[in-house]
Amino acid sequence: MSETTAATATVQEHAHEEHHEMSFWEKYIFPTDHKMIGLQYMFTGMFMAAVGGYFAYAFRMQLAFPGMDVPLFGQVTPQIYNMLITNHGTIMIFWVAMPVLIAGFGNFLIPLMIGCDDMVFPRINRLSYQIFFVSTVVLLLSFFVKGGGFGGAWTAYPPLSSVPEYNLTNWGSSLWIVAVALEIIAFLLGGINFVTTTMNSRAPGMKMMDIPIVIWMINIAVIMFMASVGPLIAGAVMLFMDQRIGTTFFLPAGGGDPVLWQHLFWFFGHPEVYVVLFPTLGLVADVITTFSRKKLWGYRTILYTTIATGGLAFVVWAHHQFIAGIDPRMANVFVVTTLLISIPIAEVMFCYIATLYGGSIRFTVPMLWALGFLMTFLLGGVTGIYLGASGLNIYFHDSYFVVAHFHYTFFPITIIGMFGALYYWFPKMFGRHLNEFWGKVHFWGTLIPFNGIFLPLFLLGMAGQHRRIYNYEHFPDLASPDLQGLRVFATASLVIMLLFQIPFLINFFGSMFRGRKAEPNPWKANTLEWIVPSPPPHGNFKELPSVYRGPYEYSVPGNREDYWPQNMPDRN
Amino acid sequence: MSLESLPALLVTAESYDPAPVPQRPLIDSRQFGMLLFIVTEVMFFASLVSAYLIIRSGLEEWPPWGQPRLPVWSTALNTAVLLSSGVAAYLSGRQFRGGSGTAQRTLGISVALGTFFLVFQGYEWVQMLGFGLTVTSSTYGGLFYLIIGAHGVHVLGALIALAYTWMRMTPGQEQPLTQGGASAVRMLWYFVVGVWPILYVLVYLA
Repeated sequence: MSETTAATATVQEHAHEEHHEMSFWEKYIFPTDHKMIGLQYMFTGMFMAAVGGYFAYAFRMQLAFPGMDVPLFGQVTPQIYNMLITNHGTIMIFWVAMPVLIAGFGNFLIPLMIGCDDMVFPRINRLSYQIFFVSTVVLLLSFFVKGGGFGGAWTAYPPLSSVPEYNLTNWGSSLWIVAVALEIIAFLLGGINFVTTTMNSRAPGMKMMDIPIVIWMINIAVIMFMASVGPLIAGAVMLFMDQRIGTTFFLPAGGGDPVLWQHLFWFFGHPEVYVVLFPTLGLVADVITTFSRKKLWGYRTILYTTIATGGLAFVVWAHHQFIAGIDPRMANVFVVTTLLISIPIAEVMFCYIATLYGGSIRFTVPMLWALGFLMTFLLGGVTGIYLGASGLNIYFHDSYFVVAHFHYTFFPITIIGMFGALYYWFPKMFGRHLNEFWGKVHFWGTLIPFNGIFLPLFLLGMAGQHRRIYNYEHFPDLASPDLQGLRVFATASLVIMLLFQIPFLINFFGSMFRGRKAEPNPWKANTLEWIVPSPPPHGNFKELPSVYRGPYEYSVPGNREDYWPQNMPDRN
Repeated sequence: MSLESLPALLVTAESYDPAPVPQRPLIDSRQFGMLLFIVTEVMFFASLVSAYLIIRSGLEEWPPWGQPRLPVWSTALNTAVLLSSGVAAYLSGRQFRGGSGTAQRTLGISVALGTFFLVFQGYEWVQMLGFGLTVTSSTYGGLFYLIIGAHGVHVLGALIALAYTWMRMTPGQEQPLTQGGASAVRMLWYFVVGVWPILYVLVYLA
């Protein structure tokens, strides 16, 4: 109680003291302001996305043109190939999806959307980013130690990951664990902040069912993260001890159990999929509702089915281990739960489509991305059903079908949905608009090549192409020109997609300084972040707002305007 | 009922409560944050317990041949010490809420008992190492040091927090200790104390 009110009081004083200038260090390097911390997370995530994309480019080139001297990279040896795919996965999940979607948007949006001045624990928030920054440095350093970066796949299955003689990256694999552990601590601190802030600092009048759905989604994701990450921490400690001290927790020869790691890892790893999915579902819900000019269809349905999905997500993990030698009777149980989980998620999708139905849809750039997310994510979800059936899984396991499936979920989540949110909230973040035309170029230039990359991979997977092979010329069954043609097509699509990110970067950094000035509420949206100036000042609100209704009251009959801000007592 | 009054019964946008009331936090932020942290901790220790059970169930002989037995009785005594430290922390909390001046002394007793637990555990570890139970001597030894060590690290961390609380209870502080902050630290201590009997039964007795 005292903390909340104390923070409120001090920041209100700050808001009144117009001349209180913060130094450069205080403002940009060691801020306690949630908006700046959110942007720090976002920029770090963007940088890491570039690293992860660069890695993908290098190993895709190797697969399409084996043995080639990759431009801007060089030779991809088997050892380097393993390091590239491992760290591509690790970076994209832990250093792009989580920091941008949860920490970036979560930090930026939560206090603004629930109408308070800052997080409940601003200094813990700052510590969270600092630990995350250190984790980033440790991961990047691990690429340059003797032996190179870790090369045992992002799932780090022992004994490959635990015995240096097997993985040949004695130091890289340990630094990898340290980096992941630090990153988890950072998100733990951030997550505690998010949930506590949403619980205790909402604006007067904002009831549970008046919270914008994106805030709900981020909070559900964070709670899931906190409930699922314990096993990964325990497993990471044990793996680290196996590597460095010489224990045998995961080594059968010494009485350990390698499948134990898989259980510990996937007990975290599967909920993690939903941890990154939910924030994007929320971001997309807000974008879709605003540009349909219509109330979000089934607010409570979406909320409750999301919670149900979150619960179910904890009992599906063994579907990653169908061929790991687990009891087939146990596998049956996990088939049922895995197929069940598609029901609530489908329900959420239908709610979004129902929101579109009958709306007066505005095809702005954020809306295009949001619709693109719905379409591509649907394909990812549907292909998951095949993998969830244990019979089919025996054939598909570790094939490119799996790779294509999870990229059809993760790419829409991390890139497509995230871009929608970025184009939507960019005016609020920087006070200027992104260029519409180049935004549309960027959209089509990302969406079409994305399908060009991963649709062929479904076919390759069905043809039996195994994931963890760096040169298919060595396998006569897989070296046929037909299959190689598909690989070249996928790689060419990837290069095209990466090239289309260049106009985005120019647009992004150019608009930040030269873009069209944004008014406080450029999209005519209802939620509280749109009542403050763009970009919001330190302390956000001049006086803290009161909330009179839910966030999605668009096109209400009897109003002159088709939107109705949450803080407006009278008709609009 | 006339047809005209029917629209009034339908839920319209106007039927929202027109008068916002200021938010009254259901629970203090620090306590709530600590509660969330403890959720993660519970899952962490649950994973260690399940790892223990899975590895143990895969071996025919437990403890493995040639490994020393654990000191059941002296650790039972130590368990009692830790539990009484938890009780002392609870009593201190009650006294602090009641504004009693003895709160700091009671918390001091709690810290002292907790420190005794930790030191005695360390003494036992030295003995176990002397008997040939090391972290690499078997998975038995590895799990013992992993689980009991993980708990020991938590005891150390929570004791530091508790000692800091004790320090802050000294009268004449610039920023007096708040109920919420003190209570959050005690919650951590209750967790550390409460998880110990489970680990004791699992690792020492079962």
